[in-house]
Amino acid sequence: MPERLSRISLRSVALFYLLAILFIPVGLVFFRAFEPGLAAFWTAVSSPDAQHALWLTFICTIVAVPLNTIFGIAAALYVVRGKGPGRKALDAIIDIPFAISPVVVGLALVLVYGENGWFGSSLVSSGFQVIFALPGMILATTFVCLPFVAREVIPTLRELGDEQEQAAQTLGANSWQTFWRITLPSIKWALGYGIVLTTARAIGEFGAVAVVSGHIVGQTDTATLYVANQFENFNLPVAYAVSVVLATAALFVIFSMTLLQRRQERSIKEES
Amino acid sequence: MAIAVENVTKHFGDFAALEDVSVDVPDGSLTALLGPSGGGKSTLLRVIAGLELPDKGIVRIAGEDVTAHAPQKRDVGFVFQHYAAFKHLTVRDNVAFGLKIRKRGKAETRKTVDELLELVQLGGLADRYPDQLSGGQRQRMALARALAVQPRVLLLDEPFGALDVKVRADLRAWLLRLHDEWPVTTIIVTHDREEAMELASQIVVVRNGRVEQTGTPDELYDNPGTSFVAGFIGPVANFDGRLVRPHDLTVLDEAEPGTREALVRRVARVGFEVRVQLLLDSGDPVEVLLTRREADALEIEENDIVHVRSERSFDLPVDEAIAAGEEVAVPEPA
Repeated sequence: MPERLSRISLRSVALFYLLAILFIPVGLVFFRAFEPGLAAFWTAVSSPDAQHALWLTFICTIVAVPLNTIFGIAAALYVVRGKGPGRKALDAIIDIPFAISPVVVGLALVLVYGENGWFGSSLVSSGFQVIFALPGMILATTFVCLPFVAREVIPTLRELGDEQEQAAQTLGANSWQTFWRITLPSIKWALGYGIVLTTARAIGEFGAVAVVSGHIVGQTDTATLYVANQFENFNLPVAYAVSVVLATAALFVIFSMTLLQRRQERSIKEES
Repeated sequence: MAIAVENVTKHFGDFAALEDVSVDVPDGSLTALLGPSGGGKSTLLRVIAGLELPDKGIVRIAGEDVTAHAPQKRDVGFVFQHYAAFKHLTVRDNVAFGLKIRKRGKAETRKTVDELLELVQLGGLADRYPDQLSGGQRQRMALARALAVQPRVLLLDEPFGALDVKVRADLRAWLLRLHDEWPVTTIIVTHDREEAMELASQIVVVRNGRVEQTGTPDELYDNPGTSFVAGFIGPVANFDGRLVRPHDLTVLDEAEPGTREALVRRVARVGFEVRVQLLLDSGDPVEVLLTRREADALEIEENDIVHVRSERSFDLPVDEAIAAGEEVAVPEPA
């Protein structure tokens, strides 16, 4: 009996916690967004400024995610399988974007690429503006979600060991064939999860992009910046509506991953 | 020579895994690299496969210097202790892997794979995944996978080390039959002397990164070159300061020239053999191996006084050999 009691109380604590900090706040945003009615919701999200902001978020995400996927795999392979120097250093450096506040990341990028930055002036004089423009926003987004893929893939690669890869080599496979036929299929679930987290993080990025974008409505506002802007201007229904679009996109990404995982587990069960 | 290793040295940092090692493996033979764990035998196999590069020395396969060749270019089949099965591929696709890399035709690949699966008795399990196979089945799959590309040499790294005793014995017998049917030059790494003696026509004893002795099982057993080989390859006993095999001691009822008096302390009947612990008149203990028939003829019992003579002894230091025998008993770390 006490065991059952403790189990129930443990469950209640977990549930209450989730309700208080996750379900109720997010649920309220959804509620407020649709409170004025569907037509108002549609007007809010289909305004040119909102559309442009969502489009920018999409662009930043669609560039940052593949970049970080490729970098993440390469970094993980070097950290786990590499023989060269600096593997431990790289392993530690990958986490820097987790540790540093995104605002600081934004400031650092301004210092390097800004008009008065390290090589910003030469960039600007050659007609390529990074700060207060799309390239800087993509750079900031890429920076903040850099660790996810590598962090997911590194432990999986370690656990996998290199015997399968060596076996493939002795059977005649070159490095490229070994990677595509053996390594990649073995890490695909970790990689998928890393990509999902990267995507969700990229969609939600605020701080670093806020600093480098300059916050110009209709030009350099991503969806999160647009929401903050509308919120500050007491334009709450619009802020809620665009928030809902953002949240839905992120939830969709995470649920699709969960579904894929479940299908994988089921197929494994059916096989055995 | 199918494989020739000439003066190979390999260090890992300060650790000398191989020190000036030379080995010749005759064409079509089954050679065992035998020795205690950590002695360098697996490193030697990996150097032959190209999975490790030697610091010094030359590796030849079929006369060709392959020292600088990548593993892909060496035409070797390699079987790992823990199978290295491709977990995301079916048994059929595992075996077909090397053929697909070589871009063989679909029909040819299918035919070869089917034949090999029959050969390794996995015909009915072609569409399973490695997770659904037993250890012995996985290792047979790994063998079929290695054989599919018709390698010039087959390298087996403790292939039965992770399996239980019964499966090991079955696979050993099966490997011998396979080698008769398909006599590809094979090197097997093992720390199990029975496995080496049962399978191999040539045994290379490797210890502390050096070749201790090379020879047929009989040569090593009857004429060990070092006391380590004597003790590692078979049972040894200390008879009055001389190194003997326990079954080379003759036990008699009556004293004869050259015999020593001894007290029977213990008689253990283990199947067809009888192990008798004696205490010599000098006070030293010695164990003798008798057949059941010999023991019955003697009517040997505890506390009897008997007379012992050695038929043959090795002119080698005794203590080292006995220490080597004890090394055999140390279980291999998994």
